[in-house]
Amino acid sequence: MRPERPPIDPDVDLGVPRQRAELREGRAGLLTAIAVGGMVGAVGRHGLAVAFPHAPGEFPWATFAVNVSGCLLIGVLMVLITEVWHAPRLVRPFLGVGVLGGYTTFSTYAVEVQQAVAAGAARAALLYLAGTLVAALTAVWSGMTLTRMATGRVIAGGSPPSNAGSRGDVE
Amino acid sequence: MTVILVALGAAIGAPLRYLVDRAVQARHDSTFPWGTFAVNVAGSLVFGVLIGGAAGHAVPGSLVALLGTGLCGALTTYSTFGYETVRLFEDGARRYALINAGASVGAGLGTAFAGVALAHAVWG
Repeated sequence: MRPERPPIDPDVDLGVPRQRAELREGRAGLLTAIAVGGMVGAVGRHGLAVAFPHAPGEFPWATFAVNVSGCLLIGVLMVLITEVWHAPRLVRPFLGVGVLGGYTTFSTYAVEVQQAVAAGAARAALLYLAGTLVAALTAVWSGMTLTRMATGRVIAGGSPPSNAGSRGDVE
Repeated sequence: MTVILVALGAAIGAPLRYLVDRAVQARHDSTFPWGTFAVNVAGSLVFGVLIGGAAGHAVPGSLVALLGTGLCGALTTYSTFGYETVRLFEDGARRYALINAGASVGAGLGTAFAGVALAHAVWG
């Protein structure tokens, strides 16, 4: 049995005792870290959307790139802070929930598919719909796998090791 | 100016995702990520309404930046959704992983279309 399994939900997983308690331990600091991170991520996403606009019916490359790169980074981040490093309290809320959560977006993705369909570009819509899903999931998996390899955390069967043994290595 | 509205919206959207996610999880003793599912579907609906309203000039562009790109953009997330799907698969909950991917995309898309249709119905 793993003392503390890596979470399923990277934003907050109430199955992880430490995360269940974090709101009680300092609500203002926690929510501020998430808000500031969210602003940074969303402004980055908006900047890319402005720099690389797409005409109606064209493939929305900016959002595609944002969502796939954000997925790669969450894979790297979550392995680092749950399997490798006992991260300080606000690292996950700021970087994971805030920056990457604010950077990537599901609603823009869904609306862009609708807009492409409405513009009569059903093929671009379908390609964008499926392409983002496949590329994003591949990116998460790649980020996790490469980080485990780089930190020597690969074990047979693909099951991540417990982080119990590494507690205190860095702190 | 737009960038400030986006930032302001995100400053609300990101903590809102965290709080909604917690509240939803507290009501479901399940490994299925209902919290993220809920914010992604709700955000897609609202963004759909805003985009539909903007197309009919009923919703100003500044409101789309604040509530759409900023709030809904930060409320919803692909990184959390992607990580959860891969983690479910890795933990052996492969059916949940497939259902999460299919249901999130299906419901998010469905509500985005519904939101646009709703806006057209209300504002012509």
